[in-house]
Amino acid sequence: MGACCRERRRYIWGESILIFVTIGSQMPFDRLIIAVDEWAKDSGYEVFAQVGQTQYIPQHIDWCNNLTPEQFLKKIRDASAVVSHAGMGTIITALELGKPIMIMPRRGDLRETRNDHQIATVKYFTTFDRVEVVMDEKELVNGFKSLLSSSSLLKDHTPIGSYANDFLISTIRNYIN
Amino acid sequence: MNKKKKILAISSGGGHWVQLRRLQPAFYGCEIIYSTVNLDLKSDVAGHQFYRITDATRWNKLLLIKMMCQILLIIYKERPDVVISTGAAPGYFAIRIGNVFGAKTIWLDSIANVEELSLTGKKLKKYANLCLTQWEHVAEKEGVIFGGKVF
Repeated sequence: MGACCRERRRYIWGESILIFVTIGSQMPFDRLIIAVDEWAKDSGYEVFAQVGQTQYIPQHIDWCNNLTPEQFLKKIRDASAVVSHAGMGTIITALELGKPIMIMPRRGDLRETRNDHQIATVKYFTTFDRVEVVMDEKELVNGFKSLLSSSSLLKDHTPIGSYANDFLISTIRNYIN
Repeated sequence: MNKKKKILAISSGGGHWVQLRRLQPAFYGCEIIYSTVNLDLKSDVAGHQFYRITDATRWNKLLLIKMMCQILLIIYKERPDVVISTGAAPGYFAIRIGNVFGAKTIWLDSIANVEELSLTGKKLKKYANLCLTQWEHVAEKEGVIFGGKVF
């Protein structure tokens, strides 16, 4: 491998573990990127992050500003695990592709989003065992431990189906007809 | 013979779009027209008619007006029987304009809104013919209907 190969790349069942980090398409979320960058310095995992339009330049991970929807799908498909803001697009896509995901909410008071709706959203995901929730950057290191434990990576991540639940489909279909 | 019903399914990008495309089986037997802000998303709904519209948030009034005109043209031209949206500014315009043209209008509030309806949802609840939330407790609080979840 070339010089970019990190010394302590982690493997599970012979497969390299690749972590994909994304902050979505709207505003930057440096608090998450900085915390992941710090964590990557010591952990040696291979990380690729989509960081948005930000001034912060990550030092210990590969990164890009933005991805097309197609590139975004490929990154999730290739990843062993996904780390993201609490955006439904990323959460649903990761679950559709059967990937473990860790989410951290943006905060309204830090102007990371327009209000605290992501904080409310993640509270409902704490009981959902396919999604690891961390409330802030301090919880991130422990979150990674749990996200990347062998038991978590190797457990059944059967993709959720491609469509809404039957109840919603029939509610809408009945109304249309 | 019954004509196929025409559905306009429209939203902004990101999570709203991901939720919108998960509704496809509900439109079985209908002609579906999709519309969103990013042309790259057309491949998600290959085989269906697709219109790209301008991306705008409520902070950019000029772009909003452009988006509204585009949606007006789509609805004027296509005359959908049903307009359905999961999100934000395109949904707001499409439902208000859809009402004028006599379409049945459906608003599905994003599953992300776990405590109250989105701002757009609150504005639309008196206009959308069917206003749905994906959370039972929100339905009770806001006086709208809980009709299931996108996953």
